[in-house]
Amino acid sequence: MLRDALLMARKDLRIELASRVALGQILPFGALVLIMFGLAISPDLSVLGADERSVLAQVSPGLFWMAVLFSSLLTLGRSFAIESSDGNLDALKMAGLDPAGVFLGKAGAVIVQLLVLELLLGFGAFVLYDAPLSDVVLLVTALILATTAVTVAGTLYAALASGLKVRDTLVPLLVLPVLAPVLLAATLATEAAVFGSSEDGWSWTMLLGVFALLYLGIGMLSFGPILEES
Amino acid sequence: MTASTDDVGPIERAEPGGSTTALSRGVGTGSKGTRILGVASLVALVAMLSFGLVFSPPEATQADAVRLMYVHLPSVAAGYTAFFITLVASVIHLRNGSVFWDLVAGSAAEIGVLFTVTMLVSGALWGKPTWGVYWQWDPRMTSTAVMLMMYLGYLALRRLELPPAVRSRRAAVLGIISFANVIIVRYSVKWWRGLHQGQSIGVDTQIDGLILFSLFLGLVSFMLIGAWLLVHRFRVAWLQHQLDQVDLEHALAERRAENEMIGMFGRRSDGDVQPGDLGAST
Repeated sequence: MLRDALLMARKDLRIELASRVALGQILPFGALVLIMFGLAISPDLSVLGADERSVLAQVSPGLFWMAVLFSSLLTLGRSFAIESSDGNLDALKMAGLDPAGVFLGKAGAVIVQLLVLELLLGFGAFVLYDAPLSDVVLLVTALILATTAVTVAGTLYAALASGLKVRDTLVPLLVLPVLAPVLLAATLATEAAVFGSSEDGWSWTMLLGVFALLYLGIGMLSFGPILEES
Repeated sequence: MTASTDDVGPIERAEPGGSTTALSRGVGTGSKGTRILGVASLVALVAMLSFGLVFSPPEATQADAVRLMYVHLPSVAAGYTAFFITLVASVIHLRNGSVFWDLVAGSAAEIGVLFTVTMLVSGALWGKPTWGVYWQWDPRMTSTAVMLMMYLGYLALRRLELPPAVRSRRAAVLGIISFANVIIVRYSVKWWRGLHQGQSIGVDTQIDGLILFSLFLGLVSFMLIGAWLLVHRFRVAWLQHQLDQVDLEHALAERRAENEMIGMFGRRSDGDVQPGDLGAST
């Protein structure tokens, strides 16, 4: 199963290296979202209080995660778009790969792409929104767990909508409500890591981990029935 | 005739002790059982309205706004019951692959969405006089809104053009995970608001007897309406399914043969297919 997963992940990453869709299209899109948020929320507004932080810096963790979520929808769509042409999914089934391995491999490749994207977008948010940083360990842990949570749940739902003409419009509707708790937990954990506000950050990070594990389990179990007959 | 006797079974199962005459005549989805159910829900609705609007007193703290609760709380109960039916039907469908339970799951989800909208609208209207705002970002409201979106996604998946077996299997998977999601969303949102503020609704322990009775009437009438809607929605779905079963070419060929026969003999021969028959009479 793990061997199949590694094979799938390597294949997907190799396709990305050759086509540069994530790097050349999705990353600029994410950066654009960050800039548009800056335009929507004036950078001159500031929060009344001790810190005198701008509103933009104050809400930067949430905006960052919204940008990541939008980008992840595109990355997930891309991940299944490369399988839908030329009967690729049938080929995968014929190849006798373990469905759980296919699931892990597809998710793994998306996780790698999203982590790179987050690193660059995070730097963008840091620069654009003048966001501070206080707890690097918490931030990195939260990033990795949230990315895993977004990806495993997203991969499962993208697979449910795979092979459909309207996939692009259906995936966001299916995925975003499910990711509402992840957005919540990731934003609050990031807030804690960035502003050093409280120790709550770790309990939200725990929730991210639980969510990721739960969907990892559901995904590995249900990927077989979903791919079958599709 | 494409539809066999096997296909008719579920209709009879849906309506134990009732008759399938209305269906075989092809005039609608009503039957004796549903008519009784319909009249009962109408009666309960009238009773609930008269008690809710006239006989019950205004509440001590919420004044007349409490009357919205006679709609709100029953919608909550009916909505969650409907989604629970979707869950159970999805599980059964995954186990035995029956079309009957797939259609029950889909019909129940539609009814659930309907009640969820009622729940949100009545809750927001209640919030304005009570909290001063329509939307309070209360954990319950927020998670309910997310839940509504999830089931709209579920219904969207059901409408897709896919081979029926694939579609119903995916829908069943989604129907099951969606219910689990409702629980996750509920707790995370509650935790989120719990960190920021206390519980927004203080539940009154002293409830007037008439208020309680009106609530009870609301519950009864909404459950009856829900059941009535579910049976009808299911029957429409079932007829639709049977219609899809009938091969288009087959139907065209029969129609052509029928026209020829009418042309030759001026009447229809026995045992021929008539529009609206849908196999229920076999």
